[in-house]
Amino acid sequence: MTAQPKHDLAETLLFLEGVSVSFDGFKALNQLDLAVGRGEMRAIIGPNGAGKTTMMDVITGKTRPDEGRVLFNNIDLTRLDEAAIANLGIGRKFQKPTVFENHTVWDNLELALKADRSPWASLRWELKSESRDRIIDTLERINLKPAFATLAGSLSHGQKQWLEIGMLLMQEPELLLVDEPAAGMTDAETEKTATMLRDIAKTRSVVVVEHDMTFIRALNVRVTVLHEGSVLAEGSLDTVQNNQRVIDVYLGR
Amino acid sequence: MTGPQPTPILGRGSLLFLGIVLATGILVPSFNLFLPVGSALHVPDYLVTLVGKYLCYALLALSVDLVWGFCGILSLGHGAFFALGGYAMGMYLMRQIGTRSVYGNPDLPDFMVFLNWKELPWYWHGFEYFPFAALMVLLAPGLLAFVFGWFAFRSRVTGVYLSIITQAMTFALLLAFFRNDMGFGGNNGLTDFKDILGYPVQAPTTRGVLFFLSALALALCFVTARKIVSSKLGRILVSIRDAESRTRFLGYRVEHFKLFVFTVSAMMAGIAGALYVPQVGIINPSEFSPENSIETVIWTAFGGRGTLWGAALGAVVINASKSWLTGVMPDAWLFMLGGLFIVVTLFMPKGLAGVLSGWRWQAGAKTPTETVPQAAE
Repeated sequence: MTAQPKHDLAETLLFLEGVSVSFDGFKALNQLDLAVGRGEMRAIIGPNGAGKTTMMDVITGKTRPDEGRVLFNNIDLTRLDEAAIANLGIGRKFQKPTVFENHTVWDNLELALKADRSPWASLRWELKSESRDRIIDTLERINLKPAFATLAGSLSHGQKQWLEIGMLLMQEPELLLVDEPAAGMTDAETEKTATMLRDIAKTRSVVVVEHDMTFIRALNVRVTVLHEGSVLAEGSLDTVQNNQRVIDVYLGR
Repeated sequence: MTGPQPTPILGRGSLLFLGIVLATGILVPSFNLFLPVGSALHVPDYLVTLVGKYLCYALLALSVDLVWGFCGILSLGHGAFFALGGYAMGMYLMRQIGTRSVYGNPDLPDFMVFLNWKELPWYWHGFEYFPFAALMVLLAPGLLAFVFGWFAFRSRVTGVYLSIITQAMTFALLLAFFRNDMGFGGNNGLTDFKDILGYPVQAPTTRGVLFFLSALALALCFVTARKIVSSKLGRILVSIRDAESRTRFLGYRVEHFKLFVFTVSAMMAGIAGALYVPQVGIINPSEFSPENSIETVIWTAFGGRGTLWGAALGAVVINASKSWLTGVMPDAWLFMLGGLFIVVTLFMPKGLAGVLSGWRWQAGAKTPTETVPQAAE
């Protein structure tokens, strides 16, 4: 079950090299290097302020790095905006579940469905039957089929998280960035979410930022530890947890 | 499982609204023209003009609701688009005066003769032709909205900052149009109109036709707006309103969507202004004043933001109250308006439209499918 780390460069999907970002002198990212393989699932952990969310912001185009390169399929992302990066095949799930509260579950998925994103095409949009089937298929995968006509705003916290994961799936991204998917979930929901993500990782690369160690253990993947904006350690969860430097800064007992 | 039924472009409420607007458009002029003055149902001339004015305001409110209610762009400068449409129409009407003006100059409007101008400025050329003027009614506000929106939305100016710069835009235009050397009649604006397409502007029949056209324009723009908001594009607009960055991360170029709806809305406001000017007989720079734009936002909020028909209704109800109250108690109007705004904000968050739809559900016990999707848990 463990995804083997891939070091072959041709197999690298996402590649960060010497990325630095500072906010008012505070170095959020400091010469960060990271490589995520095609089809790999990676967990990122680190104490608060380690730069996890900033790293996601840089990859998705929300924040421009001061220096360094971010390559995705050998395309430099640092010059592109959020929409362009999303259309290249990078989906992002926020820390706080962000769904369109005034739309139904169905509409949330339909809006996320991969399609021409121009205003003109959206005005003339009609739902074809294969797209309909894809939405129904996704509804099943995220356990929300009976609630398809519910307004997303009235879903429970856990259901919103799943809906957002479902929206990512509709985008058919090659890479999913998932920020704390288990935050605020019950144990049963957390378990379901881990299964969902493992299922997704069969066909796509996934980067998960998470605090919850049980959840990371359930994912059973390679772990990267960030600290003060750069990589502190990398390896399996056990290796990382036994690493003295990691214990000192993060797991310190 | 087949998923939800597609939203109809025109539901029952929309059809009711359209019916009322078109019936008003036909009946009011007919009762004015064909019924004898003594008849109980006769509509006096002044009322035709007054209600015609309300219909133009209703269209303006509809255009504000399209951007504010559905895309969250609180424009405090929509009066500028209304006024530009009005000026385009006013320029056509000025050129129709010809030698009947006080100075009798066949080419130059009176104010230009008065300023000692020898020839028509280049930007007045073409306005003697109605089709050109009609095109400008759409293009002038549309282009301003496009250029303004291009810079504002691309720089991601949102919320209160956007509202402030829209207000600055209309204020800047107010000051510009006050200047005599702009060539738009300065302080006095454009007035003393004689003909429109060869028919005397003041004649009751012309007034009746203009009234009908105002109702028709309101109906057509309402259908257009419904078409937009019931499409996938409309749902994206609501997404932008509620979670802009989420929409971006889904791959939508938010600024393009805002630009589209802002420009369409500005053109609707322009049409409203163009129909307003021949009915009231004057256009001057005061139409650009920020107060007008703010009032329009109040009509929309009062009527019910995000409902389209509610905004139109709000414009008519508030303006009718204003006409009545300024007659009875001239000093009380501003207090009323302020009080009304507070009452709506506190007790009627969905405005008049929300109250009315509430009654409908209670009375008819019909499923409110059009506005609120049912929960299926």
